[in-house]
Amino acid sequence: MTVLRKLWSKQTMIAAISAAALTLSGCAASNALNEEEDTPAADTGDTVKVGVLHSLSGTMAISEVSLRDAELMAIEEINAEGGVLGKQIEPIVEDGASDWPTFAEKAKKLLQKDEVATVFGGWTSASRKAMLPVFEQNNGLLWYPVQYEGMESSPNIFYTGATTNQQIVPSVTWLLENKGKSFFLIGSDYVFPRTANKEIKAQLEAEDGTLVGEEYTPLGHTDYSTLISKIKEEKPEVIYNTLNGDSNVAFFKQLKDAGITADDITVLSVSIAEEEIRGIGTDILTGHYAAWNYFQTTDTPENEKFVAAYKKAYGDDRVTGDPIEAAYNAVYLWAAAVEKAESFDVDAVKEAAGGIEFKAPGGTVTIDGDNQHTYKTVRVGEIQADGQFKEVWNSGEPVKPDPYLETYPWAEGLN
Amino acid sequence: MAVVITQLFNGISLGSILLLIALGLAITFGLMNVINMAHGEFIMAGAYTTYVVQQAFSHYVPASLFNYYYVAAIPLSFLIGALLGFILEKTLIRFLYHRPLDSLLATWGVSLILQQVARSIFGAPNVAVTSPTWLDGGLTIAGAVLPYKRLFIIALVTICMVSLYLYLDKTAAGRKMRAVTMNRSMASSLGVSTKKVDATAFAIGSGLAGVAGCALTVLGPIGSTIGTYYIVDAFMIVILGGIGSLIGTVFGALSVGMLGTIAEFWSGASMAKVIVFVAIIAFLQFKPAGLLSARTRSLE
Repeated sequence: MTVLRKLWSKQTMIAAISAAALTLSGCAASNALNEEEDTPAADTGDTVKVGVLHSLSGTMAISEVSLRDAELMAIEEINAEGGVLGKQIEPIVEDGASDWPTFAEKAKKLLQKDEVATVFGGWTSASRKAMLPVFEQNNGLLWYPVQYEGMESSPNIFYTGATTNQQIVPSVTWLLENKGKSFFLIGSDYVFPRTANKEIKAQLEAEDGTLVGEEYTPLGHTDYSTLISKIKEEKPEVIYNTLNGDSNVAFFKQLKDAGITADDITVLSVSIAEEEIRGIGTDILTGHYAAWNYFQTTDTPENEKFVAAYKKAYGDDRVTGDPIEAAYNAVYLWAAAVEKAESFDVDAVKEAAGGIEFKAPGGTVTIDGDNQHTYKTVRVGEIQADGQFKEVWNSGEPVKPDPYLETYPWAEGLN
Repeated sequence: MAVVITQLFNGISLGSILLLIALGLAITFGLMNVINMAHGEFIMAGAYTTYVVQQAFSHYVPASLFNYYYVAAIPLSFLIGALLGFILEKTLIRFLYHRPLDSLLATWGVSLILQQVARSIFGAPNVAVTSPTWLDGGLTIAGAVLPYKRLFIIALVTICMVSLYLYLDKTAAGRKMRAVTMNRSMASSLGVSTKKVDATAFAIGSGLAGVAGCALTVLGPIGSTIGTYYIVDAFMIVILGGIGSLIGTVFGALSVGMLGTIAEFWSGASMAKVIVFVAIIAFLQFKPAGLLSARTRSLE
């Protein structure tokens, strides 16, 4: 019996270890594709196919599901107005499952099998970096709607979220002028926070700020007690937060428990919008700050209409937010570029896109033809008890995108 | 000085959280040898139960009693977890005893299904649970703040541990459970209904996962994927502690908690994870049976 038991345990152990490996690697189901398959092209018939590729499951679903909703809403609105070039838009929705190889697989499937005219998708930089080579090799078109770390300008991607000089750089300047000089940087351990913090460090050095700490935690990390005791040791005036996803909930809950409130240390986040505030709890976040290009409270007639339509489509309890607005804009910008090009052809659309304007909910956005980013207004908001932002500062006019920070002398040598 | 106390406390606190999530698994995996990948989803079920209880309290109970929702949520989370575990055992697990690889895959499928069910019911974004005000704040000792929530979790896991020990050692039902896990055929021939015992044991293990879920709502996120954040750690601790040994699980959780916080303090969170993993793998090379291996008196 003992021998049997031993064997049994060993077998069990092996299975348990494989189980752990399975969970760690996530579900990267591979899609066998028949590249020779003769499917109809995207724009035949009365419809034109477009891809919508976001994480509908996994750790990023918390944020990305709303982007899908916003994009589908924009598509519906355009279809109701008669479509693009007389064709109805037919969205093909795929799940990136918060797993970067899956994003690449699904992008390949959308481009090769479905032959979509364009894809709206992604949230994390890791997912964008995974999709980038797929779009470049297949000459596809990706509209990426989330603020990111800059230092990139793919000819096959349009960036409708903010690049660094439209979010991070001005917000650091604002913090230095209004909140304090000593910074503690925390972020999730992947490309966006690490690149963003490299830029912030260079900026702090140039603008007389001091760096007292820099920490990274794995995506999905849930215990921040040690990191918080490091923060207490260093006593920064400002915490610059580039955590992503669920970790924010754990961090802010535990920060409050440790007795640190917004009055003691200002936390400015770049990944917390209205949607995330609801999942964290407003009582924990009140008084902290976020930098974006759009808030649900932004006062424009377009925004009033947008918020009403979004709530009507998905429920009164839903909120909008910056990436949601940028995803919505992306669909309209693409449609406008197609109309101008009078073609769904990727090269023609790219050619036509420069200078395209859209009266977005957050103010007019314009595509910069040189780097395929958009001009956007920068805003800093304080989180209120009702879970909405009160704008405390804005840039006054749309800021020209500068993904490589070429106009900032301190950024030399970063890329 | 404050840092030393804080870090010592953080280590114990992380250990207690790990113990709480591993305790249920110590029964279903440690004692029963069932690899249940859906264990994390029972944690999730407990967390969502807490959310539902909170919503119910805010709608149907006078505001003055709102703070007590948490007291009601703990036993309810246990019951929901236990119920889910019972159903899973009756419909799936009992056909897969002695087939660990099959039960691994089958329960992983169940875990994906449960995540999707949660997403369909509660939506993909996280939900927020307002922790009761009596858990706000903390105890200040020599400049170090010990949050009440973490002290509460340490107390809760101690209570769970003691009641589990009393149940297994002092009650007839618990002794039957141990008899079955030690020597199934002998217990069966002496008139113990092993089927009933299996179902009960599995339900208790799952119920403990529910309690863990309830407790974690005060510290972390509440969403459909929270189970996946804890499941690997839970398995790791049961294996490190020694399969079949509850006390081993306690030592496993505390040592991982201490090592994890110390390593994180000197390096960073990502590096600490690597250090802990390497330490455990190295340790298991020398002591494959874990910290404390269970000895049985059964004959060869």
